[in-house]
Amino acid sequence: MTPNAEPVIAVVDHGAGNLRSITRAIQAAGARPVITTDPAAIVAADGIILPGVGAACAAMNRLDDLALTDLLRERVAAGVPFLGVCLGMQLLFGHQEEGDTNGLGVLRGRVRMLRPGVKIPQIGWNTVRATGDGPLGAAGSEGDFYFVHSFVVDDADPADIAGVTRYGEVFPSVVTHGAVWGMQFHPEKSSDAGLKLVNAWVDLVRNTEAGKAGAA
Amino acid sequence: MSPTGMDPAAAVRTAGDALGDAIYRRVIPCLDVTDGRVVKGIEFVDLRDAGDPVELAAFYNAEGADELVFLDITASSDSRKTMLDVIERTSDQLFIPLTVGGGVRATKDMHELLRAGADKVSINTAAIAEPSLIDAGADLFGKQCIVVAIDARREPDGSGWGVYTHGGRRPAGLDAVAWAAEAAKRGAGEILLTSMDRDGTRDGYDLALLEEISRACDVPVIASGGAGNLDHLVEALAPGRADAVLAASIFHFREYRVNEAKRHLAANGIPVRLPR
Repeated sequence: MTPNAEPVIAVVDHGAGNLRSITRAIQAAGARPVITTDPAAIVAADGIILPGVGAACAAMNRLDDLALTDLLRERVAAGVPFLGVCLGMQLLFGHQEEGDTNGLGVLRGRVRMLRPGVKIPQIGWNTVRATGDGPLGAAGSEGDFYFVHSFVVDDADPADIAGVTRYGEVFPSVVTHGAVWGMQFHPEKSSDAGLKLVNAWVDLVRNTEAGKAGAA
Repeated sequence: MSPTGMDPAAAVRTAGDALGDAIYRRVIPCLDVTDGRVVKGIEFVDLRDAGDPVELAAFYNAEGADELVFLDITASSDSRKTMLDVIERTSDQLFIPLTVGGGVRATKDMHELLRAGADKVSINTAAIAEPSLIDAGADLFGKQCIVVAIDARREPDGSGWGVYTHGGRRPAGLDAVAWAAEAAKRGAGEILLTSMDRDGTRDGYDLALLEEISRACDVPVIASGGAGNLDHLVEALAPGRADAVLAASIFHFREYRVNEAKRHLAANGIPVRLPR
């Protein structure tokens, strides 16, 4: 089985603003991004990216309006590689303090505001430390990434936490659960370190696709 | 069990404990652009075209700049179209945060800039004329996208700082500290604060102004105006002052490199992102 040379990545357009950088980062990793809200295009894709800035409530309402909420859950359950970025990572979890709403709930945990004592939103570069051997490298390795957020994931399954960051408090900044990855920072704005992670996820998509083709 | 053999919860705790408390301060070169060309191109490095914003952006990215600001200093309608093209070309090649300012008057302008690849838009005069533009921008795009730029000048009687427009010539009739607080309350994600007294002097940032504004707002403050040497950056980024420094001439002319500035900051106890 040959890895899929140019996997198709659906970038879910839920009105999250600047999608240009994430699509360019996907292209740089050798995949083909498709910005879409079309259920058929999402089902046909080899991998799915849920990007996002803005409010959780507005984003979930839009996913509901587009009839994508259940579809995205189904694709995750089917093992399709999935990457949530920033708000997109937060939406992988359950209860969202912002707007008192519920996310996709595909990972265990909830989302709440950063604890006071620091400037909110966090805007700027911060360090991610790997908790185990994973996409970030060996356990204990560190990298710097660009964050823009006011909310963080809490009560996640420790086994899903691949990287943590300290901003007043320590919070999960990278989560992985099988083919589902989430990044609280913006890899598409984190220069070379960020592109490396996008590459790693696209490689996962390639190999998953290869597995699918082999099984068929 | 994690691949390292440690219990996952213990692995998370260990990783968290290893992280320091420090919050990185940012160093942000600012490029003045008119008709698609950088006005003050850097002179000391071998660039094919030191007037090309994209090439300069790539250079600063390689130097370790944390973000970039493009300021469209003419902002005529022709120049605006050229600017969109510059932003598109920059964001196609570079993966660092980009703020664009100059001539933003409505949410429609913000949308155009963000769609072209800007991550944040900076508004100044239009926000003074119509403060609800801040609320509208924050509602539509998120407050992290909205930078409110304030040009402040010390009042002649020493009572505080006034807000000025038109290159510091025209008083807006606002107190700078009160305006910064209002802008943050309305939804500004950051305040870009320029001291018109210090701008161009190379005497250092207005530290008293930075302290007042930083006290009055709960959002990050970017200091601008007055940097003449690297110790000025150290002073401005001390606790209770600025979260980031914007600098143009000290980087564009022959004096300092961005990576040199960041090493100097680190050596003086200011946490900054350094190459790993």
